[in-house]
Amino acid sequence: MKSNGQRNVNSGSQPTSVAVGDWAAPVIVLATVVIAWDLLVRSGGISPVLLPGPQSVAAAAWKLRSDLLSATARTAMAASVGLGLSIVTGTFLAFVFSQSALIRRALYPYAVLLQTIPIIAIAPIIIISFGRGFLSIAMVSSVISLFPIITNTTTGLLQIDPNLLDFFRLNGASRLQTLLKLRVPSSLPFLLAGIRIASGSAIVGAIVGEFFVGSGQPGLGAMIQRKSAAFDLSELYATVLTSTALGTAAFASVTWLGGFVLHRWFGMSSAERT
Amino acid sequence: MSSGNFPPDVSPERAQIAFDLRDVGIRFPSAERSVIESVSLQIRRGEFLSIVGPSGCGKSTLLKVLAGLLKPSSGTVERSMFAGDSNNRIGFVFQHPTLLPWRTAAGNLQLPLELGRSRANRRLADDECGDLLRQVGLRPDDAGKRPAELSGGMQMRLSLARALALKPDVLLLDEPFAAVDDLLRIKLQEDVRRLHEERQLTSVLVTHNLHEAVFLSDRVVVLNGSPARLVDSILVQTEHGRNAEYRDSPEFFDSLRHVSKSLFNVPVAESVVA
Repeated sequence: MKSNGQRNVNSGSQPTSVAVGDWAAPVIVLATVVIAWDLLVRSGGISPVLLPGPQSVAAAAWKLRSDLLSATARTAMAASVGLGLSIVTGTFLAFVFSQSALIRRALYPYAVLLQTIPIIAIAPIIIISFGRGFLSIAMVSSVISLFPIITNTTTGLLQIDPNLLDFFRLNGASRLQTLLKLRVPSSLPFLLAGIRIASGSAIVGAIVGEFFVGSGQPGLGAMIQRKSAAFDLSELYATVLTSTALGTAAFASVTWLGGFVLHRWFGMSSAERT
Repeated sequence: MSSGNFPPDVSPERAQIAFDLRDVGIRFPSAERSVIESVSLQIRRGEFLSIVGPSGCGKSTLLKVLAGLLKPSSGTVERSMFAGDSNNRIGFVFQHPTLLPWRTAAGNLQLPLELGRSRANRRLADDECGDLLRQVGLRPDDAGKRPAELSGGMQMRLSLARALALKPDVLLLDEPFAAVDDLLRIKLQEDVRRLHEERQLTSVLVTHNLHEAVFLSDRVVVLNGSPARLVDSILVQTEHGRNAEYRDSPEFFDSLRHVSKSLFNVPVAESVVA
């Protein structure tokens, strides 16, 4: 987790220094993939029954645009609530974890469970416990996005410059003063990195939740389930691509926001600091 | 740690001693042998003492003992400079600036005043802050800048100012100029010596730079061997002030020769400290 935290601290500054060139490479990759996809379907290499061509997917997306838009909004809402829950609980648990090595030894294996239990296995359980509604979907989203926040924030709270700790001790700082004036502010970049990793997972969690809650749900997950049951491949692809776009947008906006906060916090982007 | 007023039976001679180390040994629980063995050292009030020795010999460890950050495994440490004031009156300068990156220069100077239980949470007035910055060669309008906006040398100066914020009686310096370039180092050395005299400090410097030790100190002690012992104690006297002229004087080079001789010809015999 250390490398995660640090890598993300550094890349947290990227949004402030994005150049046009940064966008060119992925756009070229996207264009290449779409063209190859189109050629593959046109040449008859893959039957359009199994893989609809890009035009047909685009047409389906246009036809479904208002459904897709409202489903995206709904899923984004559930994921935001789920991520919010994760941030609150994850930060709290990180505080608890940072208090002693004994607590960490006792509880860490159970935190790892969050990461290793397949979300598909607990989603139905959560839905049974919390009902077939928005709350369950947000809970599934929260469970899957909690772990990176706990681990990153715990690392941030513990990984403090030993000289700074000596400085605080030398000045007779209390445990609370060290926590509030040193550990918490030092862990902010780590928390932001955790949120960044968790943001994509939160979207996945919301979609999985909706998938299981199923009918009557307007979210992207339920829509994927319906389209897949109806074997409407063009519309299924359009929905899946929309979900991917939502995940990417969530990751990008959290990254931008994190970079902005760090910039304000340290007075300069971390790239300039190093 | 001894504190409070001197008992009336203490002789005036005794009252001139700031630190009294007797037979101090340090051994880390995990290590096979001691880092430091039977070090006895008295540091007079107002003295500028340097501890020199090869890298990793335990110089910094000894400084931490003086600071009270580390308890010796054997021997006794008496610290009697705290007469009449229960506050911990030690300023510590680390090898790296060790500043809080999210605080401005003024905020970093304020930090020691905010820590500790007994300390009234006094605010550093603007002119006090400006004075401190000026004394270490910074400008009062640097107060609003965060560390990232200051050069490495300026950060080191700020770190020095922070050590002086509580008006300490003792200044402990742990290789503070190791990471700065030669020109700046000379400038900083002159500033430190000036502050030592103006503020009538008792200063202890740990360094592996012999020029630095001889330039700054009234006395240089040499730590050597494994486990490390004090192998020499050299008085550095000069009729000059501690200035460029002194750096060129024969007495400077005499002292330098003496120190480097005792550092490089490790006597196998017992400690020969005067």
